[in-house]
Amino acid sequence: MHRYIPNTEADSKYMLQSMDLESIDDLFSVIPKELIFNRELNFDDAMSEIEIKKHFAEIGGNNKSIDELTCFLGAGAYDHYIPSIIRHLAKRSEFYTAYTPYQPEISQGTLQAIFEYQTMICNLTNMDVSNASVYDGATASVEAALMAVDNTRRNTILVSKTLSPEVRKVIKTYMRFRKINVKEIEMAEGVIDIDELKASIDKDTAALILQNPNFFGIIEEFEEIEKLIHSNKSLLISYVDPISLGLLKTPGELGVDIAVGDGQSLGNSLNYGGAYLGFMAANSKLVRKMPGRIVGQSVDAEGKRAFVLTLQAREQHIRRYKATSNICSNQALNALIASIYMVTMGKRGIKEVALQCAQKSHYAANKIMETGKYKLAFNKPFFKEFVLTGDSDVSDLNKELLKHSILGGYDLGKDYDNMDKSFLVCVTEKRTKKEIDKLSSVLEVL
Amino acid sequence: MKGYDKLIFEISKEGRFAYSLPKSDVPEASLENIIPNKLLSDKEIDLPEVSEVDVIRHYTLLSNKNYGVDTGFYPLGSCTMKYNPKINEDMSELGSLSGIHPNQPEETVQGALRLMYELDGMLSEIAGMDKMTLQPAAGAHGELTGLMIIKAYHDKNKDFNRTKIIVPDSAHGTNPATAAVSGFDIVEVKSDKMGAVDIESLKSVLSDEIAGLMLTNPSTLGLFESNIKEIADLVHEAGGLLYYDGANMNAIMGISRPGDMGFDVMHYNLHKTFSTPHGGGGPGSGPVGVKKELIEFLPVPTVEKDEDKYYLDYDKPNTIGKMKSFFGHFDVMIKSYAYILSMGAKGLKEASQKAVLNANYMMNKLKDDYNLPIEQICMHEFVLGGLKDNIHDIATLDVAKRLLDYGYHPPTVYFPLIIDNAIMVEPTETESIETLDGFIDVMIKIANEAKDNPEVLKEAPHNTPVRRIDEVRAARNLILKWEKE
Repeated sequence: MHRYIPNTEADSKYMLQSMDLESIDDLFSVIPKELIFNRELNFDDAMSEIEIKKHFAEIGGNNKSIDELTCFLGAGAYDHYIPSIIRHLAKRSEFYTAYTPYQPEISQGTLQAIFEYQTMICNLTNMDVSNASVYDGATASVEAALMAVDNTRRNTILVSKTLSPEVRKVIKTYMRFRKINVKEIEMAEGVIDIDELKASIDKDTAALILQNPNFFGIIEEFEEIEKLIHSNKSLLISYVDPISLGLLKTPGELGVDIAVGDGQSLGNSLNYGGAYLGFMAANSKLVRKMPGRIVGQSVDAEGKRAFVLTLQAREQHIRRYKATSNICSNQALNALIASIYMVTMGKRGIKEVALQCAQKSHYAANKIMETGKYKLAFNKPFFKEFVLTGDSDVSDLNKELLKHSILGGYDLGKDYDNMDKSFLVCVTEKRTKKEIDKLSSVLEVL
Repeated sequence: MKGYDKLIFEISKEGRFAYSLPKSDVPEASLENIIPNKLLSDKEIDLPEVSEVDVIRHYTLLSNKNYGVDTGFYPLGSCTMKYNPKINEDMSELGSLSGIHPNQPEETVQGALRLMYELDGMLSEIAGMDKMTLQPAAGAHGELTGLMIIKAYHDKNKDFNRTKIIVPDSAHGTNPATAAVSGFDIVEVKSDKMGAVDIESLKSVLSDEIAGLMLTNPSTLGLFESNIKEIADLVHEAGGLLYYDGANMNAIMGISRPGDMGFDVMHYNLHKTFSTPHGGGGPGSGPVGVKKELIEFLPVPTVEKDEDKYYLDYDKPNTIGKMKSFFGHFDVMIKSYAYILSMGAKGLKEASQKAVLNANYMMNKLKDDYNLPIEQICMHEFVLGGLKDNIHDIATLDVAKRLLDYGYHPPTVYFPLIIDNAIMVEPTETESIETLDGFIDVMIKIANEAKDNPEVLKEAPHNTPVRRIDEVRAARNLILKWEKE
């Protein structure tokens, strides 16, 4: 007997008798003998809660978390403040123990929350339509690229090298199997190289994916790029940091066709890389090409406003092999968290978070440069991340910082040639002047 | 709480807010000096203005309009809606696990890597596979990963002709969709009268163009494919590989293993078999396991151990690449790991045994009032074919909607496609006989209503927060976001 399995031996006996069976093994008699597993799984005995907690204390003890470290690490996952109420609401089991809302009459909570999420993603990005989320920012980029290929009937995706290396790797995996070309555009001074972009655009260009602020934290200039892309009847896909939209020009203002990004920043814990959510918002023209779940408003039999999954004819469970994507789940719970975050921060809060990120990161950059040992790798406007170059090996720097309980920047030498002495520093609203000064002073003596 | 029908935007009021941030303590620089004006937005951000109490009440009231496993019985076939243990949730929220950054140095995340390494080992053991990747975000994502591995395997052998994947007509919709998305053509094979793969039909489609076969076992009909060895041999002889859709693993933990049946690649759904919550539609997690010959194609990084140190291995020249950012849904992995620890070998086997017992018990009690197209011992789920003696032509959908009135989440309906009016019931092991009996009584009562009072079914549900929803209108007159009047 196990605590999660309520039926007793007597219950089992009674149930078997009701079917004229003798033992549970009779139920498995359809499995050929040679396929019956003839030993026990090689696991330890079942643990009680106390034992599990002890076990996890040991596992957790071998990690160093941002509770102990001051985090200046970003590069795709960010240490933003998570308001207390998020946990209290997202942990309501009516939300988290529910299935996908295929029975809308008893799923209005999830459905309305997604409808509100779609609305807020549209408002934040200034786009027309949003889906209910996909796995993460990288797969959102993939799906956007596939939308562009489908929409333009062209077969090449341009990606700037200023797009996150992690995201580019995922795009390449998917496109290789779809036989879609991926061309990487070089960078110049930390932003996309416009001349190379011009030379690369041709009649096979389905879309350009441009990150903004880009992987180096730099704010790209869109005006000329937007014209280039659209005059070629290609689509412009922008990978954005949702927090930056508290300040920066939105994808809608920049003429972007599909805005994607990772919603982790919106109230989701770091979780060692997942689960996060990928958001996708597009022009209304592209709505029927959009993958994943979408919630629409309708009315019930009594004329009352009600929400329901809609445009399901695009999806795998209806269209099977003709579906626009094989995506079956969204990240409903992470999208709920993102919604609660956007609601809680609201109009003013998002702006203030963005402003503090910008202020504090610029203070940090200046402070560290004052040491005379590091300089900004690129002289371009940035938002909350910036690249420093010094004389030391980045991994040595980070080891030293760790001794002072500081989680140092991202080592760019891992992904970029000629950047082996450069690192990407992230400063969110959570950092204080004191923490930044400490970072600077530790870096100074190295 | 039926009365609450406000959107968050409708309770927004200028000047209200719910957040708190410390005052910035760095010397203030004017914005124009740090970011040029032309890069700044000209627009007001249109997000709600509400107080903290507003937020709490709003989402609490919304949650009251939902139905979860914690609310009641959820016999949703092929979804394994078992109880989601709370200790698992607690463990996933430990700061020492939820508060680590994916780009941290390996020496600061040894605990996390150990957990992933051990979970890989446990899942491999349960499936009879040699190595797992924990990266895929969901079952469908796992399928995609698996098929890419199959493609990479044939490509490495310069077997470029293998462009087709065989999928049974009873398969989950994701199977053919995944095969198409990963660049394969689909060949469908028919099921025989007992819902199993028709061996002759299979033989007729095997050729040197076949890359592999995707199969669920037990099948989507809840029946064990007892010819699986023969099927595997046939596909292997033709040079193809076997993909196992692990959606139905809850029937056979510790009892039979896909790896021993002849499968080469498989995915799990941690959110089904290993008790992690479905979250209202995600996050899931779909680890993929492979046999030795395919390890070289797994996505990077894999988690490895070198004496006492755990590390991420990116050095795989033949890898298919990366399938998503970072390493997968780590928080979901934590919950599954805690679940396996709390079940142990005996508990997992008991879970499968009791899941199968519960399903057979229910099937046996319902077959007098509902059609049972294939009468044989089922595994963890079974498929009914609509009402028996259906004089008023009541649709399966009406039965499902009527169940809502009685406080149950309905079973999966109209799937698998090969059974007319399908009602697919999966009770799971975490339900008691009293719960099963309660549901059985209601199903029989509904069967009687179908004869005596058909209108009550056709108009159901009657006492849910909303009544039946006009889905056609939702699709025709698209309203996908709230807009100010």
